[in-house]
Amino acid sequence: MVVFIALTYGCLAATPSLWAQEPSPTSVAQITAQLAEPPADETPVAVLNVRITDTPNDDGHALDIRWDASASEAEGRVDHYEIWRAAVIDGQAGEYANIGEVTSGTYIYTDGNVSEDGSYYYKVFAVNDSTFEGTEIWTLRSESAVAGPLTPVAQWFDMQRINVFVGVLLLCGFIIYYITQARAGKELFIRKIAGLEAVDEAVGRATEMGRKIYFIPGSQDMDQVQTIAGITILGRVAEMAAMYETRLDVPVSRSLVMVTAREVVKEAYAKSGRPDSFQEDQVHYLTDDQFGYAAAIDGMVVREKPATIFMMGLFYAESLILAETGNSVGAIQIAGTGEPSQLPFFVAACDYTLIGEELFAASAYLSKEPRQLGSLKGQDIGKGLILVAILIGILLETFGIWDFSKLFKVIE
Amino acid sequence: MRREIPVLITGIAGVVFVVQYFIPHFPFNRLSNWFSDWFSIIAACAIWLGALNLIKISIEKIAYRRHDWGYSIIVVACFLLMVVFGFWAGRDSREPGMPFTWMYDFVYSPLSATMFAILAFFVGSASYRAFRARNLEATLLLLAAFFVMLGRVPVGDVLTGFLPEQFQLSQVAAWIMNFPNSAGQRAIMIGIALGIVSASLRIILGIERSHLGGE
Amino acid sequence: MSRRAIELSVLALVLVATILVYVGRRNDWFGTLHFSTSVSVLVIVLMAGGMLWVLARTIQGHPAERRVVFLYIGIAVSLPLFMSLSQTISISPETKELMAGLEPLPPGSKVLVTFDYDPSSAPELQPMAETFFRWAFDRRYKVIVMGLWPQGPQQANMALDLVLADEKYKAMNLQYGTDYVNLGFQSGNEFVIQRIGSDFQSMFRVDFFGTPYDQLPLVKNVKNFSNIDYSFNLSAGYPGTREWVLIAVDRYGLKMGAGNTAVQTTGMYPYVRSGQLLGILGGMNGAAEFEAVTGYLGKGTRFMLSQSFAHMIVIAFIIIGNVAYFRLERKRKK
Repeated sequence: MVVFIALTYGCLAATPSLWAQEPSPTSVAQITAQLAEPPADETPVAVLNVRITDTPNDDGHALDIRWDASASEAEGRVDHYEIWRAAVIDGQAGEYANIGEVTSGTYIYTDGNVSEDGSYYYKVFAVNDSTFEGTEIWTLRSESAVAGPLTPVAQWFDMQRINVFVGVLLLCGFIIYYITQARAGKELFIRKIAGLEAVDEAVGRATEMGRKIYFIPGSQDMDQVQTIAGITILGRVAEMAAMYETRLDVPVSRSLVMVTAREVVKEAYAKSGRPDSFQEDQVHYLTDDQFGYAAAIDGMVVREKPATIFMMGLFYAESLILAETGNSVGAIQIAGTGEPSQLPFFVAACDYTLIGEELFAASAYLSKEPRQLGSLKGQDIGKGLILVAILIGILLETFGIWDFSKLFKVIE
Repeated sequence: MRREIPVLITGIAGVVFVVQYFIPHFPFNRLSNWFSDWFSIIAACAIWLGALNLIKISIEKIAYRRHDWGYSIIVVACFLLMVVFGFWAGRDSREPGMPFTWMYDFVYSPLSATMFAILAFFVGSASYRAFRARNLEATLLLLAAFFVMLGRVPVGDVLTGFLPEQFQLSQVAAWIMNFPNSAGQRAIMIGIALGIVSASLRIILGIERSHLGGE
Repeated sequence: MSRRAIELSVLALVLVATILVYVGRRNDWFGTLHFSTSVSVLVIVLMAGGMLWVLARTIQGHPAERRVVFLYIGIAVSLPLFMSLSQTISISPETKELMAGLEPLPPGSKVLVTFDYDPSSAPELQPMAETFFRWAFDRRYKVIVMGLWPQGPQQANMALDLVLADEKYKAMNLQYGTDYVNLGFQSGNEFVIQRIGSDFQSMFRVDFFGTPYDQLPLVKNVKNFSNIDYSFNLSAGYPGTREWVLIAVDRYGLKMGAGNTAVQTTGMYPYVRSGQLLGILGGMNGAAEFEAVTGYLGKGTRFMLSQSFAHMIVIAFIIIGNVAYFRLERKRKK
């Protein structure tokens, strides 16, 4: 029935394209033929001072070509510049070939198609061309002097990213330091996270009602840390579900997530002493399509009315569709995502929401494993550093003392 | 070994991705590309795992006449139909007028748009239920929603046309979006970014391995 | 009535409605269906009356169900499509910023338009794509299209077909491969952005139609982002604007503007404020603003009346919800 409706709708939507009319032909060719002679005074003046330098901070596969503007550019007689290159063969310049062009007003071109094994010569052409209705009528070029040869060189460190490097070292340093501290037996405090405290209650409720638990690990693949964080929480939920003998259903939208989640759930059932209760189909694939996935889960939720729904991972526009449907069947819902734009929807439609970093802290929180708690402490110190940097920046920039933000620029 | 090898692969790939950001020289410039190529290849092959799982579960449901088995017939039929249309004309299947393109344009597109359109209804019901002036914070949230929703459509300016331009609703909405919203978003983004760094480091160092099925 | 009976009745109803609409379109019933101003005003008065009735029922202690909310939103979205009321669209600072980034581009500039969405978000993003193509072709930009979502390049083709069917653009004699090119989809999400940052061809050996990269005059000299003058990203999620900003803008210095679904736009404001993103179009409203500022009035502008009504109805229900809440609170205190 659905297919039939869809097909009927398809016919309906296709109808206008069947009614479209054929275009009438134009006579561009006739007009361009009349204007084909280029006026002699339109030839642009050649560019001067072509320089080649090695592109800094790269892997040795690029050269920068710079030049001064053609004197004709101000008079509007330059449409674009063409860059021509010749490789050095037996100490001589080989054949020149056009390797790229830039519009007038740009005086730099990065040739990213060179090799560390070669040397290269360059010329730049100032080009003035005329087109009519998309057809080229005439083109006038002026050639610069030859620049080069130069060989590109690879660098061992990208100096533009030194600030990021320092930041990464500091942050990772703090995290690793606190992990070793925690391992040495130092007590670490972690605040209560309501959403995670409610996991037991939510699983218990499903057991009391004799209904299913749904765990939705987001709509994205395993390359997302949020999906991994979601799968981590799944392990804990699966353990409890196995313990209470409550059916857990994990519909996923990516094949790799299915494989991983299945392994985690299986392990959790084994850990709870009920490996026989685990069924492979508990974790099942639906579709990679975002809204197809949401539609399938909505259908399942409406039909099966689960008592508890967990939504942990990376969600986009499907978040509210899922959460509202869960809400409509009266399920207790615990959601968590690191996608800021979806948080308001979860907050509005779910009973508990793990906001951003709480999702990533879940594993440490649930396991209470010292090394994991230590990493949270290190992360907090990093946050403190950022806060201090923001405050210093506000003061320095507001009073115009020093351009503090330039310390954080990666691209000049 | 079953768990050590994945931890080792994760660790090596993670370190390479971090290092290649700072070292453009060979072999680091190539390693990250190789890893990303492998991921693409594995993910593309793995799609069969998912598709076969879907078909297996659906066929089992039909064979054993399980609850709601009728829906599974539609799933299998639609799946096979699209696969046949896709493979039938090969690369040409994407040309206008071909069955695959036709199904995409006139079946898949409207159905997907319909699902997205349901959001409008759910935004309405969620707002109706959630935006209540329970306390000071909820009242602020409610007022912000009120101003932004009115200010983002032309009717907002019609209602406040008598006010000076900077107090008209479109300007108020722009201010809310650009300042309080941006500030909040940034705070959450910084927290999330640090959370990702910390979680990634735990995974790279092998401290976090619950996603592999163990503590 | 059993659940299956309800489902079947709904399906039958949808089928009848679909056949009616189909027959209606074949006979051009809807082409002429347009409310006059007085009928439009009458419809608005009836809607307002209906809302007052819901308010009165709420005060009497009968709060509205979800289905009532859905019904009103359905009416608010669909009926304005037939109304002949005009609205003045005010231009937001973000749209002005986008235009400030676009306007200085000289003719011949190479513009990369990335389609990171699928049909579900087309109502919001497709009008932006169509307007952008019109703007680009009128200014003689060279347009390079690609997508990180499998369905993105198909959406681009739909927009291109629609725009190029205009007599104006037919007369320009725009050539595929020279004036515009669709490189198609490439899997790999942000890794693709990273790779094309150093080498386009490594990710797109052939274009959408299977033509080798080297044989496309427009892109054969496009090696990496340094050969792109401007980029416009249309995005509905991941991978999308955020990934483009973090890699293409931050690492490679690409100039970029974006169009996003309304849901996603809020998360992109920090990037606009910091100057990483040169303006953003947010949802249907952004599409309408873009159309207004470029002068190509289209679907975005037409659908804004529906959006206005839908927003008004949601606000009315928020007020009604609060009335119900305060009534309940008072009862509880008593």
